[in-house]
Amino acid sequence: MKRIYLDYSATTPTHPEVVKAMLPYFTDVFGNPSSIHSYGQEAKGAIEEARVKVADLIGARGEEIIFTSGGTEADNFALKGVAFANESKGNHIITGSIEHHAVIETCKFLERRGFLVTCLPVDEYGLIDPGDVKKAITDKTILISVMQANNEMGTIEPIAEIGRIARDAGIYFHTDAVQVVGHIPVDVNELEVDLLSMSAHKLYGPKGVGALYIRKGTKLIPFMHGGDQERRRRASTENIPGIVGLGKAVELARQEMGEEAERLTYLRDQLIKGLLERIDHTCLNGHPLKRLPNNVNVSVDFVEGESMLLNLDLEGICASTGSACSSSSLEPSHVLLALGLSPEQAHGSLRFSLGKWTGEEEIERVLEILPRIVAKLRAMSPLLKSH
Amino acid sequence: MRDVWSLYSEKVMEHFKNPRNVGEIENPDGIGHVGNPVCGDIMELYIKVNDSTIVDAKFKTFGCGAAIATSSMVTEMVKGKSIDEALEISNRAVAEALDGLPPIKMHCSVLAEEALKSAIEDYLAKSK
Repeated sequence: MKRIYLDYSATTPTHPEVVKAMLPYFTDVFGNPSSIHSYGQEAKGAIEEARVKVADLIGARGEEIIFTSGGTEADNFALKGVAFANESKGNHIITGSIEHHAVIETCKFLERRGFLVTCLPVDEYGLIDPGDVKKAITDKTILISVMQANNEMGTIEPIAEIGRIARDAGIYFHTDAVQVVGHIPVDVNELEVDLLSMSAHKLYGPKGVGALYIRKGTKLIPFMHGGDQERRRRASTENIPGIVGLGKAVELARQEMGEEAERLTYLRDQLIKGLLERIDHTCLNGHPLKRLPNNVNVSVDFVEGESMLLNLDLEGICASTGSACSSSSLEPSHVLLALGLSPEQAHGSLRFSLGKWTGEEEIERVLEILPRIVAKLRAMSPLLKSH
Repeated sequence: MRDVWSLYSEKVMEHFKNPRNVGEIENPDGIGHVGNPVCGDIMELYIKVNDSTIVDAKFKTFGCGAAIATSSMVTEMVKGKSIDEALEISNRAVAEALDGLPPIKMHCSVLAEEALKSAIEDYLAKSK
């Protein structure tokens, strides 16, 4: 059976050209970039080349890019780095209720260390109101962190508006752009962000590598202490093959992004329309238009997400859900609950995230199979008769 | 044997794919209703009792693969058993009959046991 992968927001396969670009850096160009000899300097050159590519993609300067082990580290670095470096200025942080766990859990950690965190609500589409950000600012606020687009239901936040507010108030502004970079244009100056997190494996790069953009002049403490790597902000011998892979992925994304976003938006809307038409009592989660080109998230009433996922998997279709049953926390998605969904609706959510190897055929197959699965599960649902 | 590369045992998947005893019993002698929407599992279990023996059992479940499989299994296990025997069925026994459940899913077997007990209690209360 041909499998259909529709979980590109969880991770993407590494592009064959990216793998090809990485390979020499395992064997031939294996030097330590801190070494003076030619092996070391060749490796160093490769890192700096990748750094410029990443910087160019987001309108930054090379020196403002720090390579990390991924998006989670970039988020941790941004939040802890700014918080601990600016404690003398204040202890207040503003964030949103639908952030990725890498931000939420870091904020909780900081709260335990004496910081105050304001967690802003979102509207039914998952949008933060920039007015709320403005109102939440106090003379103790040192950092605002709002994700550029949500990983579960794809809503794109008004980052530029929040950026303007942060800039006017002289407060550092971080955005988790892990789901955005390489998929739609991102410019750190247009957005007026001071820190931006990204991850390679969400844009056809390898796992285990990402980057944090840090605007020149931003005060933050190093993430790791040790050697002089990454301008002394992140010690540790660099992950050369990974960094080269990120560079190549970014280069490819830059070439393909425009057309690919358009193609995926069309497929996304086909899938959304088809699902809502063919399955009654189904609703779209997230904003219909201010939405990542590849994200489809629906709640199907009266059925639970994991049981839909398992049935889809039996048919070769790989997707994801915000149901508690698929997580270790046994709590439904905090994102979907924040939109005002009932726990049942959050449990009945499905996310299909499209990518480079998704075509009309795959969309059609989901539209053919899912209604049958839902009918089967609804026939055994105790929730149905009460409606 | 559990395949370490898959979440569930073959037995769980088999009951998930082809659940036994799905549906409701008309005029049941006992109904058990357990679970809540917050945790994402709701089970309804119906029993038909004749001479203190459970002659039929059916279920309706909203929940994950393990919730559906444990519902299916517990209804299979209980058929033909006396009320006293049925009360002896533990969640562990249901899980074992399915060749085990992942630790995080053991609560589904607890729910199956509770659904059965609740249906029996309902029967006992009605027959008083």
